Amino acid sequence: MATATVKASSAGGDGRRKANPNMGENNAVKAYLVAYNVSQMLGWLVLMIKIIHHMAAEQDVETLYAQVEPILKIFQTAAVMEMVHSAIGLVKSNPVLTGFQVFSRVFLLWGVVWSVPEVQTTGYILCFLVAWTITEIIRYSFYFFSLLGQVPYFLKWCRYTFFIILYPIGVTGEVMTIYLALPHVLESDMYSVSLPNTANISFSYYYYLCFIIFSYLPVFPQLYGHMLAQRKKIISSPQRPKKE
Amino acid sequence: MVQILHARSGELITSLGDLQPKSTIYDVKKAFAKEKRKYYPDRQGFKTDPRGKMVKDGDTLESLGLKNGSRLYFKDLGPQVGWTTVFLTEYAGPLVIYLIFYLRPSIVYGEDAAELPYANVVHIAAGCWSFHYAKRLLETVFVHRFSHATMPIANIFKNSVYYWGFAAFVAYFVNHPLYTPPAYGDLQVYGGLAAFVIAELGNLSVHIALRNLRPPGTKERKIPRSTSNPFTWLFGLVSCPNYSYEATAWLAFTVMTQCLPAGLFMLAGFYQMAVWAQGKHRNYLKEFKEYPRRRAAIVPFVL
Repeated sequence: MATATVKASSAGGDGRRKANPNMGENNAVKAYLVAYNVSQMLGWLVLMIKIIHHMAAEQDVETLYAQVEPILKIFQTAAVMEMVHSAIGLVKSNPVLTGFQVFSRVFLLWGVVWSVPEVQTTGYILCFLVAWTITEIIRYSFYFFSLLGQVPYFLKWCRYTFFIILYPIGVTGEVMTIYLALPHVLESDMYSVSLPNTANISFSYYYYLCFIIFSYLPVFPQLYGHMLAQRKKIISSPQRPKKE
Repeated sequence: MVQILHARSGELITSLGDLQPKSTIYDVKKAFAKEKRKYYPDRQGFKTDPRGKMVKDGDTLESLGLKNGSRLYFKDLGPQVGWTTVFLTEYAGPLVIYLIFYLRPSIVYGEDAAELPYANVVHIAAGCWSFHYAKRLLETVFVHRFSHATMPIANIFKNSVYYWGFAAFVAYFVNHPLYTPPAYGDLQVYGGLAAFVIAELGNLSVHIALRNLRPPGTKERKIPRSTSNPFTWLFGLVSCPNYSYEATAWLAFTVMTQCLPAGLFMLAGFYQMAVWAQGKHRNYLKEFKEYPRRRAAIVPFVL
């Protein structure tokens, strides 16, 4: 009785459902997304090369950040576009989730590392830079191939396997960087507002950062677990048809 | 006889015999609860299509096209809690919490705070806040008629965190020893107070009008309209004037106290109510052919 509407399913690659039906087949949209993903892929590739080159040549973690800062700022900040893509339906991903992920990266970059120059020379920078770089190169390549129609199994495998060590390494780098920034934030009173004032509000950036650190506790296991669950679904047996 | 299958797995759970074409889904739920005592009726959800929408308690089997041997798909809605319970919990918290900050500031701000005088507006704000939540509690008991008896139990925690959290957030700053009274003095305070009172009366009037729309014990739905009470005339412009008034009340409270946390509370509440209002507005439009097209959902002419 109920007529099933046949959805024009065009290649969405693996698990990347087609976005807003109005934009679905739009070639301009596709071209733009390809350009975006390729640009990001190349940007992070350049970043990776710079990191490798610097560490091989100078072997000095303290001067690493200064070398990579401009490129990192450009390409990580550009990821804000992904929130826009999601919000306007260009890409079918959860806008809230995307927003959360992008925000946490951009916040660490500008709100902590750029704002507190003292942490730019710690070894933990290398930790999260390595994690971010490898992850992003894989991720953007993955999206690129999805847009073209088919993702090479190897790439899929990389995406759903590398995170197993990269997540913990990255999170360690991030949390420790914020932790090391704390004393400087407390001393400088940056981004903070105290009473009395005409808006009758106060805000302590120091306590806010403490809260951020604590929030890694519940959030990280959830994200990690989600990726593990995804891995099971996608990697287990590509030959066997999925059993519902 | 109707077969009951799991909506997710498709497995057969049981077959229910004692049903007639005129039996309702509620009868099905009662019969199901007799066999599977863990699933009281409020916890049961049924669908005619495993991926479709849930059917209503009042629908009869024949109206759904269900005959002998037909299937119904069961979904466990999880442990439920009554709406009245939820409302009383979420509203009692803000009342108590705010009053703790107001009446016992030394607990929060240290011993010296107990001696410091409050600005006039701080007393008025405590009065407004308390009135608002006392009114909500009384409405929950005496005014509202709920469509659904229950909601999932997780909601009570989620909602309470929201209400209680914001109560502490606002109360902390309004009752703070370093609180700064409004820049425009009495004009701002009493202007805000007046607007607050009007908005509260408006909200109450709409709640009463909505109650009178529904005969007791029924789940009847009618188009809400203006009554002889001028506060209800806002129905001419919006589907959910109760939300419009509520948002206005908190805006007034914010202006009156010149307190940014109160403003943030207002924005959060407005966002949520706008979402609800748009949902209800859409439902009204779908359900009633003659629904007045001039109405907006929550903000006249705008939203």
